[in-house]
Amino acid sequence: MTVRIIARLDIKGPNLVKGIHLEGLRVLGKPEHFARYYYETGADELFYMDAVASLYQRNSLTDIVERTAREIFIPLTVGGGIRSLDDIRTSLRAGADKVAINTAAIKRAELIREASRAFGSSTIVVSIEAVRKPDGSYEAYTDCGRERTGLDAFDWALQAAELGAGELVVTSINQEGTGKGFDLELTGRIAEAVDIPVIAAGGAGRMQDVEKVISEARADAVSVASIIHYNSVRKIQYDGNEFEREGNIDFLRRGISNSHIQDASIGQIKDYLVNSHIDCRC
Amino acid sequence: MTVTRPTKLDVAIVDYGMGNLFSVKHASEYVGLGARITAEKADILGASAVILPGVGAFGDAMAALKRLDLVGPLQEIGRSGKPLIGICLGLQLLMTESYEFGRHRGLDLIEGPVVRLRNAAGGHAKVKVPQVGWNRVFRPEPSGDASQAGELPVTDDPWRGTFMEALPDGEYMYFVHSFYVEPRDQQVMLSTTCYGDQVFCSGIRSGGIFGTQFHPERSGPQGLRIYKRLANLIHTRDQGAQRSDV
Repeated sequence: MTVRIIARLDIKGPNLVKGIHLEGLRVLGKPEHFARYYYETGADELFYMDAVASLYQRNSLTDIVERTAREIFIPLTVGGGIRSLDDIRTSLRAGADKVAINTAAIKRAELIREASRAFGSSTIVVSIEAVRKPDGSYEAYTDCGRERTGLDAFDWALQAAELGAGELVVTSINQEGTGKGFDLELTGRIAEAVDIPVIAAGGAGRMQDVEKVISEARADAVSVASIIHYNSVRKIQYDGNEFEREGNIDFLRRGISNSHIQDASIGQIKDYLVNSHIDCRC
Repeated sequence: MTVTRPTKLDVAIVDYGMGNLFSVKHASEYVGLGARITAEKADILGASAVILPGVGAFGDAMAALKRLDLVGPLQEIGRSGKPLIGICLGLQLLMTESYEFGRHRGLDLIEGPVVRLRNAAGGHAKVKVPQVGWNRVFRPEPSGDASQAGELPVTDDPWRGTFMEALPDGEYMYFVHSFYVEPRDQQVMLSTTCYGDQVFCSGIRSGGIFGTQFHPERSGPQGLRIYKRLANLIHTRDQGAQRSDV
């Protein structure tokens, strides 16, 4: 079995953005350009996340999903602001293969059961965004890491799996966007506890981090963003005028500044994994 | 009353309310096939080929096909020699029966059951079910005497003349499933795949009936090659039919 490298694209309005700790979003470019580039350079899946959908109660991703699905023939997961079976249906009709649910599933866990029954377990990815507490416990958060829930992240992972989730994507909010590596304890304990695949997210800064979360925390798939975006932004032609509608683009003009991130292409990441005796599609 | 369509439909994609049918439609259109997502019997019976896709539970899917009165038409197509392609759950529906959440009758076009992947594999690390991800697809091992003799009949490529033609052995395809098919007749096995310590049937072919446990429409450029071959097979077959009409 191969380990999947999933290109995660956080989307705000018409733009691909990237934040730190899921906040402070900065514009990187057009999501479609990055999506096509990642498809062509060996991404195993794409993961579109509407970065502000829970906040503004909207879902603006549908148009981008439709355009992407016509030209990209790898699995596409869509998350952010999905609240109901109707929202799931809309995403699937736009061309998504799976949806990721966090806030709505925590508000009403039965949604996981209903959705997996209606669309098949493999269509339903439950997204767990966890914060590590000073006492070493982990709490699940909603709304892109803004709202605490009081739920223990490990209990919630087990419950989500029992209710019929097909996969879990586990994000460490502490690590997200920092480039300081994945939270191996969080990922490892969940991957050990459940029988369904676990996608590690949040924190990849170097290829070694990706290798570590697979070999040490037994992640079945790894979601990467900054590490590949910062690599790709130099290679994808873009027109600065396209981004005037929404968002902070100073970052694009100034260049990359996060010193923890050693960017790499998907091909480089996979070569590194293969050299570390990890099986992946090359 | 039947509705006459301006042009003949290349592919009818059977819509029984489950799964992402749109990726199948997009892939079909990408290779130049006229495709429609439909639950209309006339569309399904009139199309040059029928794709039965699907993600979800076997019992629910069969119930939906019955409700739509599509069981009979699909069985008729399967026995007619017209290309009928089952993808993922669609492949499983072609079988006799499934043991997913109880026991359910399938379309019974291919004899054999649908059974669950095992979680635990003796001595191995935990195997996750569902299998989600890319895995290799191989030509089936030659059965019986040939394998015992250790000689592969290289001239007899099981993928020749099928939509898998010219694909390298061991090509990666995208899988999402908890169950797999066990055809009674080994001869209908088109491909095999290994997961954990299990080798399972990942593709079948019997007359005009094809099936893949993987999703060619989600398997990148190599998956699209399967669609391209399928388009060639459909168009070649249509041209043959037109010639024999006159």
